[in-house]
Amino acid sequence: MQTALRTSLPETELASRANFAPHARVVREERPVQASGLPLSIRGLRKSFGDNEVLRGIDLHIPAGQFVAIVGKSGCGKSTLLRLIAGLDKIDAGSISFGQDIQPKAIQPEDIRVMFQEPRLLPWARVLANVEVGLGRDRASQDAHARAEKALTEVGLADKRDQWPSVLSGGQKQRVALGRALVSRPRVLAFDEPLGALDALTRISMQRLLERVWRDQGFTAILVTHDVSEAVALADRVLVIEEGRIAHDVVVNAARPRQRGSAELAGLEGSILSHLLSADDRT
Amino acid sequence: MSLIDSISLPRSIRLPRVDGLIQWIVPLAIIAIWQVASVTGFVPTRVLPAPSDVVLAGWKLLLSGELVRNIWVSFWRASIGFLIGGSIGFAFGLANGLSQLSAKLTDTTLQMVRNVPHLALIPLVILWFGIDESAKLFLVALGVFFPIYLNTLHGIRTVDPQLIEMGRIYGMTDGELFRRVIFPGALPSIFVGIRFALGIMWLTLIVAETIAASSGLGYMAMQAREFMLIDVVVLSILIYALLGKLADSASRVLERLTLSWHPAFQKR
Repeated sequence: MQTALRTSLPETELASRANFAPHARVVREERPVQASGLPLSIRGLRKSFGDNEVLRGIDLHIPAGQFVAIVGKSGCGKSTLLRLIAGLDKIDAGSISFGQDIQPKAIQPEDIRVMFQEPRLLPWARVLANVEVGLGRDRASQDAHARAEKALTEVGLADKRDQWPSVLSGGQKQRVALGRALVSRPRVLAFDEPLGALDALTRISMQRLLERVWRDQGFTAILVTHDVSEAVALADRVLVIEEGRIAHDVVVNAARPRQRGSAELAGLEGSILSHLLSADDRT
Repeated sequence: MSLIDSISLPRSIRLPRVDGLIQWIVPLAIIAIWQVASVTGFVPTRVLPAPSDVVLAGWKLLLSGELVRNIWVSFWRASIGFLIGGSIGFAFGLANGLSQLSAKLTDTTLQMVRNVPHLALIPLVILWFGIDESAKLFLVALGVFFPIYLNTLHGIRTVDPQLIEMGRIYGMTDGELFRRVIFPGALPSIFVGIRFALGIMWLTLIVAETIAASSGLGYMAMQAREFMLIDVVVLSILIYALLGKLADSASRVLERLTLSWHPAFQKR
């Protein structure tokens, strides 16, 4: 079978992403906030929990605005990598830097957002107030309501603004969580299996929503998932992590919007799966 | 006018009223049976006076002003004692729930004190305070302290850590985190503590008033016993029941107002 696997770090392929940037800028002309993604460089990243070394030297460059999916068996360290990128855990060794220049650019906490498998909504706050939480330090600003409403509209839940989270379905809750992550116009958005708990149909519509907002806003997206078909459907590039290292770096060149179940994607999915499974056989 | 409108409208009006009546059927039936049993002589009035006699006794006491005065004294003692003990319990619950150091420092001591039945302290309290107001307030405050302390602590400890992590990621300050995540998360448990505490509050007060007081409902009941006024004794007991119910209803209303987000409070 022909595979499209490559283990180099291709930066030229991502020129296609640049096509979105000018378009995105036109859409948000009235908003001074820069909506373009941040590039991300990881060098020699290591992380242990006790005696268990989870990440054993990760080197990775993600160009601005790229959609990267990270797949691997459970316990391979993919979620740990995401938590380190999002700044949720402390780094043991190595570095993670955003922006091209060596000196740390002025990066706001609002620039990097995480979305988890659980929606993590405040049950005692109405939908709109939950989205406002995502504004971070801008919560108290005058346009907080308007911005939250705009984000809710983007995820298609404008009519649920005054509901309690407990009356929403699982997919709706996750959309509110997405709205909360988007409301501050983040430049890096990290997803930790955000669709893992949803049923198949809801998952597909959520994938479309994720792709759409990513194309609209141009943030750098990092998606951790155990679902290889989801990874190839959404990402520009799929990283396979095995035993704490990047084992494969696969570029997905399929045109967007992508046709789910197309031969091209299916072939790619098959080759990534066979890699994951062969690693399983070795151990 | 859709069909749904015509169905849901009368239902939404009817439901609360019927609900409000249903809960009183059993108490009213008991009183009715009791009245019949007394009038027919099945129950001698020396053992239990007829409800009508109790109402009459209540009316007389009401006219003399004695009833209102005693209820007011008891109510005042209960509220002040509850406020003092409740706020100290709440403060310790907060401190020990939020700070490991504070919990290590005080929790063991508080757990030891908790295992002493607070009513066992009555002789000591009388020696300390005499039969002064402060004796009753002290006992009520002590009794109320523990359920509120324990439930506040439990509520704060069991707030979903994922929500706290979420709050931190979204840049909440400690104050915001407390106000928007920890306190609302602990509130259902705090209400459980309040309702337990209200029960203990009445119990403690009545015991304290029957043993060492010169006013209040407990004192009124003890005085009536001295003069063999059994109708007044029964009246006092019924008033306890009503006041207890009133306190419980008040906390329920408060619960429903503040916990309207909770699925358990949405369907009613």
